[in-house]
Amino acid sequence: MIQIEKFSKKFGERIAVDGLSLKIAKGEIFGLLGPNGAGKTTTIRVLTMLTRPTAGKIVIDGCEAAHNEGHIKAVIGVVPQHFNLDIDLTPWENLELHGRLHHMLPEVRKQRIGELLKYVELDDRANDMVQKFSGGMKRRLMIARALLHQPKILFLDEPTVGLDPQVRRRLWDLIRRLKNEGLTVLLTTHYIEEAENLCQRVAIMEKGKLIAMDSPIALCQRFGAYVVEWADEEGTKTKFFTDRGEASNFAATLMTTTTLRQTNLEDAFVELTGRKVVG
Amino acid sequence: MLYDIWTVFWRDWLVLKRRIGRFILSRMVSPVLYLVAFGWGLGRSIQVNQGSYLDFIVPGIIALNSMNISFNSVGSPLNMSRLYHKTLEEYLIAPIASSSFVIGKVLSGALRGLISSVIIIALAYLFGAHALINSWFLLTLVLNCLVFASMAFVAAMVMNSHEDMANFNTYILLPMSFLCATFFVPDHLPALLRWIIKILPLTHASYALRAIALGGEAPVLSLIIMLAYILTFCGVGIWLMEKVRE
Repeated sequence: MIQIEKFSKKFGERIAVDGLSLKIAKGEIFGLLGPNGAGKTTTIRVLTMLTRPTAGKIVIDGCEAAHNEGHIKAVIGVVPQHFNLDIDLTPWENLELHGRLHHMLPEVRKQRIGELLKYVELDDRANDMVQKFSGGMKRRLMIARALLHQPKILFLDEPTVGLDPQVRRRLWDLIRRLKNEGLTVLLTTHYIEEAENLCQRVAIMEKGKLIAMDSPIALCQRFGAYVVEWADEEGTKTKFFTDRGEASNFAATLMTTTTLRQTNLEDAFVELTGRKVVG
Repeated sequence: MLYDIWTVFWRDWLVLKRRIGRFILSRMVSPVLYLVAFGWGLGRSIQVNQGSYLDFIVPGIIALNSMNISFNSVGSPLNMSRLYHKTLEEYLIAPIASSSFVIGKVLSGALRGLISSVIIIALAYLFGAHALINSWFLLTLVLNCLVFASMAFVAAMVMNSHEDMANFNTYILLPMSFLCATFFVPDHLPALLRWIIKILPLTHASYALRAIALGGEAPVLSLIIMLAYILTFCGVGIWLMEKVRE
């Protein structure tokens, strides 16, 4: 569904993305992970036709981006990182504007807006001003907007930043439901557990380069299924083990408080990128 | 393309409709002040070309007011939408042409300029001004609104902060509103300044509006110059919309 070949983006002298290649299949939830400034948002902006690549080839839904921007724009839905709803309009009007911009027929538009407002549970607030909405409501409305024209691919840039845990879980359910309906989803996040929970595959980027790409489970097991974690004067230390017995023996040799647990994606991430991410 | 222009225009119309009362009231303030200060106050004792000063400045006030309103209806909101609210992205992501967006925005800015001009014309009559308003007058007015709505589009795409946008107002629009034949005929100014003033679009609007209002011929050359400004600004605007993706 999405195919990126050797894509690079430079802003002046600074290289934001450097030779990224990846393929995303139809109906997959794919996660793009990486520390701040790794190039995730730039990648999304290029894939959503907001920025043009410096080099490389991008094919979305069988169309090459350089020649077929119009078709691609019609089949993608985008939820950006920042709230970019029109605060001078109501939710209904925001969606209607989107429907008009995507050339939806008036009857279809009206029906879809009604359905989607119900879907994201905002139907009782359809005619309030968006300005008064909370972060979670705005995010849900943005998702409804992105889905209005029935896209084949949904791009979510940090979809759950700054949301309550409850709202976050509801959004996860929503994203899974969309996947079951056949939508391809590409999301960026720096909440590791979000990727672990949602994505079939994740790519980890650092300083514009792809440094790993696999399923979350495979990434966790790359360094060993178990991890021993302890703290000394220099800070937190971790060591990976493939066998639980070995890990337990090692833990017994340490004189401080230790934790022995299964490796999670965050351990793999930190091991790969070499820094702790904020999240 | 026409449908997309309408969509862009429709959104602005929706917002204007919600605030139309406030919009009209606030637009009455500065023209009333101009009319009182320069028409009634200062103007009583001044005669210009055998006519009253009030009749002389009404076209000037209409020109400068339609300039300000058209400019500010597009400039600030678009600048905010690009830099702060990021709502411009909603249009950039949509399958519409850059030109549709530019034209839609410029038309909606011009509409606001026209509405406020109608208010001034009505007020001017109440103050006792005599002006001949015919289709040439309206054409000139529409062109003036389009010139400054399209100039605002370019400014909003170029200026990288809200403050710069305000500075553009101070350094470009404010001098124009006083110097471009709005309140006086700039014939006695130094030659260099006169030449600069002659190039500025608002001068042509004031001249043309005044000539028509006083019953004269429409200065076609001025209208052509204004048209050239509109086409240039719109062209640059479309180019900037494409460049924003680089």
